[in-house]
Amino acid sequence: MPETPADRAYRGYTTLSAIAIPALVCVLAVLIARAALPALAADSGVSVIGRTWDVGRGQFGLLPALVGTLTTSFFALCIAAPLGLGAAVVAAELAPRPLRAPLAFLLDLLAAIPSVVYGLWALAVVVPLLRTRVMPALADAFPNAALVAGPQYGPSMLAAVLVLAIMILPYISAVAREVLLAVPRTQRDAALALGATRWEMIRDAVLPYARTGLIGGVMLGLGRALGETMAVTMVIGNRHTLPTSLFEPGYTLSSLLANEFGEASAEGHVSALMAAACLLLGVTLLVNGLAQWLVWRTQHGRIGDHRGAD
Amino acid sequence: MQGLLWTAAMLAVLPLVAIVTHIVGSGFAALSTSLFFKSPAPAGVSGGGMANGIAGTLLLVAMASVIGLPFGIGAGLFLAERAGTRLARITRFIADVLSGLPSIVLGIVAWELIVRPSGQFSAIAGGVALGALMLPLVARATEEMVRLVPNALRESALALGYSQWRTSLTVVLRTALPGVLTAVLVALARVAGETAPLLFTALGNAYWSLNPTEPIAALPLQIFSYAQSPYDDQRAQAWAGAFLLLVLIAGLSLIARLVVRARQRLLRAGPSRTDAS
Repeated sequence: MPETPADRAYRGYTTLSAIAIPALVCVLAVLIARAALPALAADSGVSVIGRTWDVGRGQFGLLPALVGTLTTSFFALCIAAPLGLGAAVVAAELAPRPLRAPLAFLLDLLAAIPSVVYGLWALAVVVPLLRTRVMPALADAFPNAALVAGPQYGPSMLAAVLVLAIMILPYISAVAREVLLAVPRTQRDAALALGATRWEMIRDAVLPYARTGLIGGVMLGLGRALGETMAVTMVIGNRHTLPTSLFEPGYTLSSLLANEFGEASAEGHVSALMAAACLLLGVTLLVNGLAQWLVWRTQHGRIGDHRGAD
Repeated sequence: MQGLLWTAAMLAVLPLVAIVTHIVGSGFAALSTSLFFKSPAPAGVSGGGMANGIAGTLLLVAMASVIGLPFGIGAGLFLAERAGTRLARITRFIADVLSGLPSIVLGIVAWELIVRPSGQFSAIAGGVALGALMLPLVARATEEMVRLVPNALRESALALGYSQWRTSLTVVLRTALPGVLTAVLVALARVAGETAPLLFTALGNAYWSLNPTEPIAALPLQIFSYAQSPYDDQRAQAWAGAFLLLVLIAGLSLIARLVVRARQRLLRAGPSRTDAS
């Protein structure tokens, strides 16, 4: 049937809706970059390498927040990546078939819990546990290590790292599981036909094939960790310092925004916070973009192609 | 080696078990009728509730849906129907990247677009931020559900003389509708739990208010502030609020899984199963 005006309207509606998504990202980037422009001026007080954040004196050193974001995410990734990949291998390959769907559901549920609920639990359970048991134990075990020196408040970089690890673990394992499931049967069958054991098949036929996607999954976890706001704000202690010890409080870019944005009124303060948002957006766009590219490449030839059995 | 992997899996699931048991334990115990029907009491005074937060969250999600659903479903239809085109590939990629960005950034955009020019925090700003957050989620979910519908169905409708838009909406989308609705509900539940975009848009409100142009309370915002409160009953209410969110999200996720699996089985069985007769 030839195209009617109603057909044209429908096509316009769907196309417009689709364009809205890239347009949203452009609007995001442009708006934040524009609002951060005043921070580029030499007298704005904003400095990526500055260490002091003093709103009253107009000093906006972003280094503690930036370093906090990068270090908490990195250490969280070190914990979550092996555990998440292991869980994904179990969920995709090793678990008996009836157990696979429930295990995957459990991991997906972990990913669906809101950040603020994680923060509530971390504040009520993890932080006291750290303060009363874990920190004293660590300090006693390594009495001269700078990494576990200092007063044991509870809210600390360590708490933030642990909470972040728990939060990004399900993302890593969900993506890794999908990637592993996308490895064609022929790979597995070939390895088994050549006499490989279960683990040898996984190690030699499945994992190398899925490697790019698995790296992508780990990077997605990193992207989440970099942007995670609420849970981190509740347990990191929110202090503008460059911590030398895991027990010290710290700050992250997202916590900085969460805490100060609502009350920022001075123009210098607002543009400094916008500069922090710019940093955060830039880093997360980069990491997430790269990660998605890696994941797409494993699951299908060209990026943006639909994944799946067809 | 297998033992190591199983240990990793157990360690991965352990926090979930710990969190869920704690939330169910503390949260269930703190549930009460006043939680659902009363607004917060002054600090230190017992008997308050989170009624304004629950209502606020419902209103914010409704406002977010006004933006997120029409454009999200439209984008999902586009992605499913014109799947190979360059715009579809770009949009799909960007939608996935967008859903991984920190949600606080969307709050900043809403602040810049609405709060700053209008000079006040408002529920609308919060609704816009959440709507933007909802957009890529709904689009990708709709796409997945619509793709499940076999092509034969679309082709039969077109062969019978239906116009394109009628086929897409009344035949394809309608067949995919249970799956789309469930996926949409899951996206709504996720958006309902978001806190960061609301911190400086909707701001939160200690009193009952459903005025879109005023700051409004929201359940996750109340959980955030009560969690750090020195008062026991406020902290108990935080657990109750967390319990409500968990029940909402877990319940909808479970239902979604069951519905999707049922739809997959139904639609993969072939065109004969989807006959009206």
